[in-house]
Amino acid sequence: MAGVTLRGVKKRYPGGFEAIKGIDLDVPDGDLCVFVGPSGCGKSTLLRIVAGLETASEGTVAIGGRDVGALGPAERDVAMVFQNYALYPHMSVFDNMAYGLRNRGAARPEIEARVAEAAAMLDLSALLARKPRELSGGQRQRVAMGRAIVRKPALFLFDEPLSNLDAKLRARMRVEIRALQRRLGTTAIHVTHDQLEAMTMADTLVVLNAGRVEQVGKPADVYARPANRFVAGFLGSPEMNFLDGEAGPDGRIDFGALGSLSAGAGARAPVSRKVVAGIRPENLAPAEGDGPDRLSLTVDFVEELGAARLVYASREGRRVVVHTAAHGGWAPGAPLALTAAAGDVRLFDPQGGAALG
Amino acid sequence: MPPRANLRAIALHAALILGAAALAVPIWLAFVAATRASADFVAGDVGWLPGPHGFANFWTVLAAGDSADGLPPAWPMLLTTLVVALLIALGKIAVSLPAAFAVTYFRFPFRSLAFWTIFLTLMLPVEVRIVPTFQVVADLGLLNSWAGLSLPLIASATATFLFRQTFMSVPDELTEAARIDAAGPLRFFFDVLLPLSRTNVAALFVILFIYGWNQYLWPLMVTTEPRFYTIVVGIQRLALAADEGTAVWHYVMATAILALVPPVAVVVGMRKLFVRGLVETEK
Amino acid sequence: MQAKRVVFPHRLLPALLVAPQLAVTAVFFLWPAAEALWQSTLREDAFGLKSTFVGLANFRDLFADPDYLVVIGTTLVFSFAVAGLSLALGLAAAALADRARKGALLYQTLFVWPYAVAPAVAGVIFLYLFEPSLGPLARAVGPAWNHKLIGWQALSMVVMAASWKQVAYDFLFFLAALQSIPRSLMEAAEIDAAGPFRRFFTVSLPLIAPTGFFLLVVNLIYAFFETFGVIHATTLGGPGLSTTTMVFRVFRDGFIDQRLGASAAESVVLLLVVAALTVVQFRFVERKVHY
Repeated sequence: MAGVTLRGVKKRYPGGFEAIKGIDLDVPDGDLCVFVGPSGCGKSTLLRIVAGLETASEGTVAIGGRDVGALGPAERDVAMVFQNYALYPHMSVFDNMAYGLRNRGAARPEIEARVAEAAAMLDLSALLARKPRELSGGQRQRVAMGRAIVRKPALFLFDEPLSNLDAKLRARMRVEIRALQRRLGTTAIHVTHDQLEAMTMADTLVVLNAGRVEQVGKPADVYARPANRFVAGFLGSPEMNFLDGEAGPDGRIDFGALGSLSAGAGARAPVSRKVVAGIRPENLAPAEGDGPDRLSLTVDFVEELGAARLVYASREGRRVVVHTAAHGGWAPGAPLALTAAAGDVRLFDPQGGAALG
Repeated sequence: MPPRANLRAIALHAALILGAAALAVPIWLAFVAATRASADFVAGDVGWLPGPHGFANFWTVLAAGDSADGLPPAWPMLLTTLVVALLIALGKIAVSLPAAFAVTYFRFPFRSLAFWTIFLTLMLPVEVRIVPTFQVVADLGLLNSWAGLSLPLIASATATFLFRQTFMSVPDELTEAARIDAAGPLRFFFDVLLPLSRTNVAALFVILFIYGWNQYLWPLMVTTEPRFYTIVVGIQRLALAADEGTAVWHYVMATAILALVPPVAVVVGMRKLFVRGLVETEK
Repeated sequence: MQAKRVVFPHRLLPALLVAPQLAVTAVFFLWPAAEALWQSTLREDAFGLKSTFVGLANFRDLFADPDYLVVIGTTLVFSFAVAGLSLALGLAAAALADRARKGALLYQTLFVWPYAVAPAVAGVIFLYLFEPSLGPLARAVGPAWNHKLIGWQALSMVVMAASWKQVAYDFLFFLAALQSIPRSLMEAAEIDAAGPFRRFFTVSLPLIAPTGFFLLVVNLIYAFFETFGVIHATTLGGPGLSTTTMVFRVFRDGFIDQRLGASAAESVVLLLVVAALTVVQFRFVERKVHY
């Protein structure tokens, strides 16, 4: 059992490219920490630095309070699940899972007991004699998990382990991995580019962009109070609506011809400051009555999702999308008045994108 | 199938079979000659069909020899050829596998220098450097020895290149998984890399075996003791005698058949491996 | 030259692993090659007792020697004849086999086995087939055939023996190239109403041209060097110089006539030829990667 501490970690490649630009992070013991970000943000590099597969150019990595900077990947007591699983194609499922134990000199009965235990946990007991090519994608994925858990390591490292599965299986494995990690109580770092996967699995969410940490926190907090425009836009689908506006008196944000909305008490800006207002599609609703907090637009088209629908509306080239469960008369071309609760209107600096207030 | 397409298919196969037959004609005629008696050659009526002396001729050539014509039995030569072919094939694989592993999976000082030194040998067939190589082997006292026969032919980089290519296509994640599984480089080599490269090793073995079996110039030069004669060299000495007028063509052709059957059998029997090895080596 | 992205950190181990290969390379390749270079600048006296440094004189003499110029000519004729003949026959057979949907594997076997026959053995067999008084093919030609006396006949014989073996090789590569052409491309051509011959010449042939070029280089290298066995086992370079190739001449000067300086200079010339061919081939391979 061990937490992970990163201090001032940087990674520069020989060509001068800086993939990691200085990261400080504490992953508490037993936590499932998810690194999420667009491709090229450095999340996999950071994971590989923790694994010992790459060395940091600067900074320290500690696992369970022990500085592991000088240790090879085998000495760090970590187990990793790779994106393409990296199963040894010529070995049986049993041998794949036993290989790391054998190399560490475990006794035969212990190896058998541990593999059997892991196999039972992952529903692989009947497949132990098979070769990886005789398994389905989901089964391979479970073998890769099994190879990690038989070792009973101090830390799991998951490098996009679900990205090669189809959507349905991915949803199931999210739940299974989450449950497994909780049951074993082992600290885990999970890397993904999929924000839904990140939101659903994480105890701690770490949003990375261009080699830096943008925000760390519980998924719900990060979602509700994004630290900046990048995080706000990256989490959530469809993406948060961003509208350029100007702060008026009483926390009112003026969007010109579109109308105006009130921003919450936590998101105040000085009068006549230019701001970018961010409103999530599910926080927009048809305006009832005649209040001042309204945006006047025209419906462009509607995407039917079954349980809900996405309404695209615009005015003068500025577009918003609304995620709503309501069945309304959303006819294309019809006028649409929208409103949002003051607390759901986030404000960002047009330069730099930092959250205001 | 419409009749016209049918006809076209028949013509196509007929042309292919005809071509294959034409390719086989030389060997067929050699076989016919190997089944004839000496007198048939003198009389000039060997023809296109086998005669009755096949067994006798092959037996003479293989086991008994014919002292009157200075013909030693062929089986020791076949054995020598087998040993040489195996030495060359296995030796080359044994030397190339670690070398390819080293230049692919490590960064060490002078790696590029080592690589290019090995690479240079690709450009120099043994035939080009034959005279100085002979002198070097003579200086080392390796004439008439197994080492002298095989080592200079092992010194070429084709196998190293093929293995390097094979290794480059092994996913990096497997190496990383092995490192996390506490496998050092040698354990990784024997437990993961070698089993994964099995087919390529086997394919290359087939190619190298034929390469070794068919060596001619080098064995001709470094061996003067009959016990080191390979079958391919032996047949040339015989053919020169026949060409000078001794009527032993039936024995020469029987020996030729004996010399070509093993490598042809290997190619036909392991066609898939052979084709793979050949096409991939040259890629 | 690249290594893996993922490498092991050791330093001594790789040196040990690469040592055997470097050792055989140094002893049996670098040393002889250096000797050849050095000897090409030396000349031995008539008794082989002492040698003197003569600079590039051996090379000057070599290219002033009309015989050597004849040998170069013979080598070129021989090599291009072998390459041309085996390329043409290999391509024809491969084109037919590619169109035969059934039995492609059988034909692969039927055409590929001659590759396994040693050049020297092929030479001996052709020597018998064309033996002027009793060879079955010589008799088919008639009394006009006597390669022992007529130079061009001797050359034709060794060309045939050398090509016979190489057809198999070219067939194999052409077939692989033809089979790698996407079926949909041929179907598109068929829909464009191109007949089988037109399809072959306008679609297949341009697509396999890179393979053809690669094979040309490989065939030339084969004809230059590996055919030594064919010539040594049949004509011994004769009659006259009619079948003496450059490699054969290195052998004769070095071992039979003991003209070591001349032989070494010829080795160096061959070295340059093969280096040039290799460079051409690698250039081409690099291009193929981008293609």
